[in-house]
Amino acid sequence: MNEMTHITVPADWATDQEVRWCPGCGDYAILKAVQRTMPEIGTPPEKTVFVSGIGCSSRFPYYMETYGFHTIHGRAPAVATGVKLANPELDVWIITGDGDGLSIGGNHMFHLLRRNLDVQVLLFNNEIYGLTKGQYSPTSRVGTRSPSTPFGSVDRPASPCSFALGAGARFIARTVDTAQKAMPDILKRAHAHKGTSFVEIFQNCIVYNDAVFDAFTDKKAAPDHQLHCVHGQPLLFAGGSKGLAFDAATMTVSVVDIAEGETAVVMVHDETNRIMAQLLIDMPFGPFPMALGIIWCSPAPTFDAAVAEQNSAVAAGKPADLDALLRKGQSWEIAAKDFHTV
Amino acid sequence: MATAPLSDFDAPKPERAKTHAETMVVRFAGDSGDGMQLTGGQFTLSTALAGEDFATFPDFPAEIRAPQGTTFGVSAFQINFGANGIETAGDEPDVLVAMNPAALKVNVGDLRPGGLVIIDSGEFSARNLAKAGYATNPLEDGSLAKWQVMAFDISRQTLEAVKPFGLGNKEALRCKNMWTLGLALWMFDRSRAPLIEWLKGKFSKNPTLAEANAAALNAGHAYGETAELDGPLKQFAVDATEAEPGFYRTVTGGESLALGLVAGAKLANLPMFFGSYPITPASPILHALARLKEFGVTTFQAEDEIAAICSAIGASYAGQLGVTSSSGPGIALKGEAMGLAIITELPLVIVNSQRGGPSTGLPTKTEQSDLYQAVYGRNGDAPLVVLATRSPSDCFEVAIEACRIAVQFMTPVMVLTDGYIANAAEPWRVPDMAAFAPFPVTFHTDVPTTGHINPYARDPDTLSRIWIKPGTPGLTHRIGGIEKGVKTGNINYEAANHQEMTDIRRDKVANVAKTIPLQTVDQGPSSGKLALVGWGSTYGPIRKAVQRARAHGHDVAHIHIRYIWPLPTNLGDLLRGYDQVIVPEMNTGQLKTVLRDQYLVDAKPLNKVSGQPFKIAEIEAAIEAALGVPA
Repeated sequence: MNEMTHITVPADWATDQEVRWCPGCGDYAILKAVQRTMPEIGTPPEKTVFVSGIGCSSRFPYYMETYGFHTIHGRAPAVATGVKLANPELDVWIITGDGDGLSIGGNHMFHLLRRNLDVQVLLFNNEIYGLTKGQYSPTSRVGTRSPSTPFGSVDRPASPCSFALGAGARFIARTVDTAQKAMPDILKRAHAHKGTSFVEIFQNCIVYNDAVFDAFTDKKAAPDHQLHCVHGQPLLFAGGSKGLAFDAATMTVSVVDIAEGETAVVMVHDETNRIMAQLLIDMPFGPFPMALGIIWCSPAPTFDAAVAEQNSAVAAGKPADLDALLRKGQSWEIAAKDFHTV
Repeated sequence: MATAPLSDFDAPKPERAKTHAETMVVRFAGDSGDGMQLTGGQFTLSTALAGEDFATFPDFPAEIRAPQGTTFGVSAFQINFGANGIETAGDEPDVLVAMNPAALKVNVGDLRPGGLVIIDSGEFSARNLAKAGYATNPLEDGSLAKWQVMAFDISRQTLEAVKPFGLGNKEALRCKNMWTLGLALWMFDRSRAPLIEWLKGKFSKNPTLAEANAAALNAGHAYGETAELDGPLKQFAVDATEAEPGFYRTVTGGESLALGLVAGAKLANLPMFFGSYPITPASPILHALARLKEFGVTTFQAEDEIAAICSAIGASYAGQLGVTSSSGPGIALKGEAMGLAIITELPLVIVNSQRGGPSTGLPTKTEQSDLYQAVYGRNGDAPLVVLATRSPSDCFEVAIEACRIAVQFMTPVMVLTDGYIANAAEPWRVPDMAAFAPFPVTFHTDVPTTGHINPYARDPDTLSRIWIKPGTPGLTHRIGGIEKGVKTGNINYEAANHQEMTDIRRDKVANVAKTIPLQTVDQGPSSGKLALVGWGSTYGPIRKAVQRARAHGHDVAHIHIRYIWPLPTNLGDLLRGYDQVIVPEMNTGQLKTVLRDQYLVDAKPLNKVSGQPFKIAEIEAAIEAALGVPA
């Protein structure tokens, strides 16, 4: 995987297929960012596999000039597990959505993260079912009006990153579909991380759930409501005028106003600190900003490596003699008109 | 199957004479904690070592440790052994070993009139009798009069035998099954040495337990030696088999199927990926394969049945031989993913170890009721190949065939086996791998000179599509569950294209019939008055029943189908050559429906769904009824 067969450019990663998302869909921006980033990552297209489930996001592989497998609803993590275990040399990306990955496929997502298979998960969260025409999803906020919840949804939404952390993910990042500057770096870090890299991408569904993230993605709102987490840097936002402070006595975070240059009270982001990751993921948006960037990265042994290692360790020194295997166990030989035990 | 005639038990014998029998059926029954499966398994080993043919039927409850002493906690192991041609575990036991009242109650009704029942009277306390639902003690109320009863306190005998080892009462009583096995070894004149060796190995970490169990075994054997000679307890000399010369081993269906999959993958020259989720009675296949890493086998215990098949599909996509295995309820969950493997045309072997259904049904009991599910049970026009195994040893060849068809036709293949086959053991003449023609896979690597590769490019004869491994330069492509263009492999919703793709998928699976053997007649004439058409584990009882009927001069044939879908090309003509066709099945008539549909033949059902295999006599009666033989 380290040797590059040839230098690629973004156009090399685009298929000749007409992209069929709705005009203005956030998926276009994500596709563009991925196609721009792949040449920088450097894995050749033929060693790259995009695996997806079902939903708008899951059409993604058809637009990537790589190997691609558009599977069935919710099952991309399971198919990807087979692909990666069969050939750990392949660079496997899972494309999923909030319904595909957290509703019908929630179980597989949990076990993928728990096992820590070395793949990248890009979860396009638009808080709605798009392809089935607009029903509310497991990430829709309470009160979401949709064809299936005409009087507003009543069940509480799941937080994808909180779910991932609880499942045992070792890499969690969050970004926005239009963040063309930030996303490539996140994708590169996700790729470089050995293990399951979970990336939640807030993606705008222009038809069924338009502007649902505007409170922090709108150009005017973004500076005051986005917190970009950078390892080793203070957790500042609103142009450095605000920051996050931790109160050890109550084990809570609070937003503090920062006087000129006075950042001593502000927490410094440590992406290897799980408790900090938990705080950043769980702080409610509104009183707090939306934490974006690499929130948690703490590598651990991967499932594919452990399987390969055990397979070879157990097999070492054992000849694969099939005829001998067939003759194992309780056996005896019968000669013509005579027999003796062996 | 011949049984020892009644008179053999009754006739006075000279001292130490052994009662001769061509074959014997023995059933060990006890509480599920009594170790009856272990006892049966070891008795089977001694049978094999004595050079006798055999077939076994383990019958155990779904509960791991059901409440002690209850009828629903009874576990039994039946073995039919002796001279050549043992095909079933036997209709009626000649000897029943009952370790407690519940075991007696559940099993004694099956015992042949005049048969011998050996009873541990030490377990016949008022409390245990009540638990088994006996109002009076059957040892005293005369209800066992039609059998020969040999009741003695096995519990006390065992406690005495293991006394020197200082075990606790509970641990000491656990040796009861070895005492019983010792007695059985004496009855059938078997060597104790291999069993003692086995005990040493089994309890290598606790030599005291090994010695205690060996002492119990020896004590049981000695009890037989010194028992009163005029009592019902006798020694039997059972005929050994005159089997074909060769190397033999005992094999269960689970083992044989696992070995066949390993062999199939090797013949295809592919590593195997086995994705599975634990389920009764399919798990033994996963357990067997998990130990065979040196054969290029990766096993993956998935989070659920869907992940199990999807991971196998992913592995096949990546260039390995994907295999998944389950039982009916799990197969139902895999349905959508089977459709994915069908439309993406990836090789896949799906093993269904059938059990009683629907839903959870009877997890540990056998049935053949998933044939409709296998042949028809998916959304859309979704054809796949279905094969059926007929016996434990037959699983080996069927598994190899499944692998061959899967890779040669780029299709899922379902193997139907069942709980009876999975757990039953029989002698297997081990084949030489050199006798199997390899079918190595060639992956497509040619880069087209212009344009993009069409992953749905096909072999014009088989209609099998090319198989491209991700990682191959110049051939990047996308596949998926949405319909694809015949000529491009890109998404295509056009009407004519879908018609063509649907036809191709149907024709491709139909083409498999060109590569399978013509249907043969197992026994009897190739046309005539009556044919019994079976599939799967009904092979043994049908074969024996037809043998007996033919010995009585009846015009009846036995046809047994391995290739359920597509069916052999000559089957329709063959069936039309008989006046009557009867299909014995452990379901309500599923193969019968397929045969009627495919050939417009008036196939009649003979059905049994009690969780137990057919008895030979039941099939024999159906033959005689069909031929108008007066009862």
